[in-house]
Amino acid sequence: MTAPHPRTTALTTPAPVADAPPVQRTVEVVGARPVDAYVELRLAAPEIAERAQPGQFVAFAVGGETSGLLLRRSIAISTAADGVVTVVVSAAGPGSTWLTQRRPGDTVDVVGPLGRPFPAPPAGARALLVGGGYGAAALVGLAAQLKEAGHEVAAVAGAASADRLCSVQELTELADTLAVTTDDGSSGRRGLVTLAVDELLPGCGVVYACGPMRMLQAVADAATALGVPSYVAVEESMACGIGVCMTCVLPVVGSDGLTRLSRSCTEGPVFGGDRVRFDDVGTLPWDVVGADAMGVTRP
Amino acid sequence: MTAVETAVDMSTALGAVPIPSPVLTASGCSAFGRELEPFVDLTAIGAVVTKSVQLRPRSGRPTPRMAETPSGMLNSIGLQGPGIDGLLDGELPWLAERGARAFVSIAGVRVEDFAELATRLRGVPGVAGLEVNISCPNVESRGEVFACDPVAASDVVAAVRAAADPAQPIYAKLSPDVTDIVSVARAVVDAGADGLSMINTLLGLVIDPDTMKPLLGGITGGLSGPAIRPVALRCVWQVHAALPEVPILGMGGIRSGLDALQFVLAGASAVSVGTAVFNDPSALGRIHAELAAALETRGFASLREAVGYAHR
Ligand SMILES: Cc1cc2nc3c(=O)[nH]c(=O)nc-3n(C[C@H](O)[C@H](O)[C@H](O)COP(=O)(O)O)c2cc1C
Ligand code: FES
Repeated sequence: MTAPHPRTTALTTPAPVADAPPVQRTVEVVGARPVDAYVELRLAAPEIAERAQPGQFVAFAVGGETSGLLLRRSIAISTAADGVVTVVVSAAGPGSTWLTQRRPGDTVDVVGPLGRPFPAPPAGARALLVGGGYGAAALVGLAAQLKEAGHEVAAVAGAASADRLCSVQELTELADTLAVTTDDGSSGRRGLVTLAVDELLPGCGVVYACGPMRMLQAVADAATALGVPSYVAVEESMACGIGVCMTCVLPVVGSDGLTRLSRSCTEGPVFGGDRVRFDDVGTLPWDVVGADAMGVTRP
Repeated sequence: MTAVETAVDMSTALGAVPIPSPVLTASGCSAFGRELEPFVDLTAIGAVVTKSVQLRPRSGRPTPRMAETPSGMLNSIGLQGPGIDGLLDGELPWLAERGARAFVSIAGVRVEDFAELATRLRGVPGVAGLEVNISCPNVESRGEVFACDPVAASDVVAAVRAAADPAQPIYAKLSPDVTDIVSVARAVVDAGADGLSMINTLLGLVIDPDTMKPLLGGITGGLSGPAIRPVALRCVWQVHAALPEVPILGMGGIRSGLDALQFVLAGASAVSVGTAVFNDPSALGRIHAELAAALETRGFASLREAVGYAHR
């Protein structure tokens, strides 16, 4: 038997749990607006809005009561204010497409707010927010909260092409500086978000990121290399969103230095960027707690 | 639980242990109950059937661990869990403090594993009984699943019955992936099972048309959800017809009170709700209320009267 060995990482502490437990409600859609490649839904959900903290998400039942699609669709909360929760939906499969077809007056069954929020930055720290694709939507509420608390906020929004950018207008209004990058150069600078991140990072006390896994890894690595703590909101496929199915796991280093397959819905979606073992996602490394019982031993 | 009070007596039992509701969680579909607390009164449901526990902590399999399928899903979690020490130190005391009943699902890869788990669980507060998950590969028989071999299945059940607290009923959890489920049921009852949980998932496969490879990390997975309900109901029907005195915890695709009613009419004296909880975290309370209303509408004064009614 091989004993897992602790890894020493010290830049981040695991994100603490949210202040309030989730609720399940049938809520009314009060706004549905196409925004380039996405649809922004506004929900009259006062009990979720009053509990929500930036970084958290909601989980929708899709297809109606007799739907054959049973699994919940988890979507990051963009903003939660005045009793209204806003989310940005990308139509990727039949469930999310059903969501993008909701119209004002329709009702949806939603559970939230779920997951751990972004931890607060150190007092007075300048914060860098990095969003990839519709992941940028999850940073809008955070940007507002940070500005209100007196932090200087720099933001980067990146995507494959201009129509896949998200929340650029909201972030322009909130952030002190905003950089836009696209892979094809159709908006902002041509290239990956890391172009802008490398320039904006020096002087920042914390980085928050939301977007595709490869982008999160690049941003977290850049931050860690400069000794800046980073927090990433991951997007794993989730069946329940509330922590009961164990489908949404990825290898994360805990405060004891040991790696566990952690649930992205209840132990995340926000993790310390230096705690997620991005290269090992989708594999079972030998030094994960309990891998020995699966027959995986030290090479 | 937001149950509208009906006149129907919903009490039932797991073996000789009385429970106030016939609606339970399903193993592996509600973790250890904690996460359901915002949505369900854990003391009002029949019991929390815990995720199958083994002797040592297990990481489970690599992702992807699930695929959505028509009216269901395929999973290959690989029994991720804290091991029996974690359960005894953390999860079971948490449930006991709240007055919730735990029906602890145990799993292993050799007969002695099961017996040791049963020994460790003797007299533990709040443990109403044990569900024996025999849908595990038997390392001593080249990985053949215990539940698919009546002899191996009864070896496990006999060892658990001998080691377990006599006050704790033990239910053997049967797999539908067998030629004759009645013969397995008979074998484990003869070996001392106080009841039968049925059914576990059906073995399935999904291939990703883009990568042209199996989608799940574990290649095959267990199929669950409403897609398997008719198979599950048929199993309950056949076993109740053959062994009418043996209590059955029925499960497989239950999503509503009327689904649960079908299992009761086929012979189940209690039901587990699994995959439907992923869709609706409040499902247990809702299904209890819907089942009570459905029984009342049909003129039953108690749940017990309806058990096996479809056979009469
Ligand atoms: C994600 C998942 C995990 C499961 N884990 C276990 C387990 O640990 N032990 C077990 O005996 N059954 C396990 N099952 C099977 C369920 O307990 C149940 O028998 C089966 O899913 C059929 O019921 P359902 O259609 O209501 O889900 C699992 C099922 C699912 C979907
Ligand atoms: S999505 Fe079910 S445990 Fe995370």
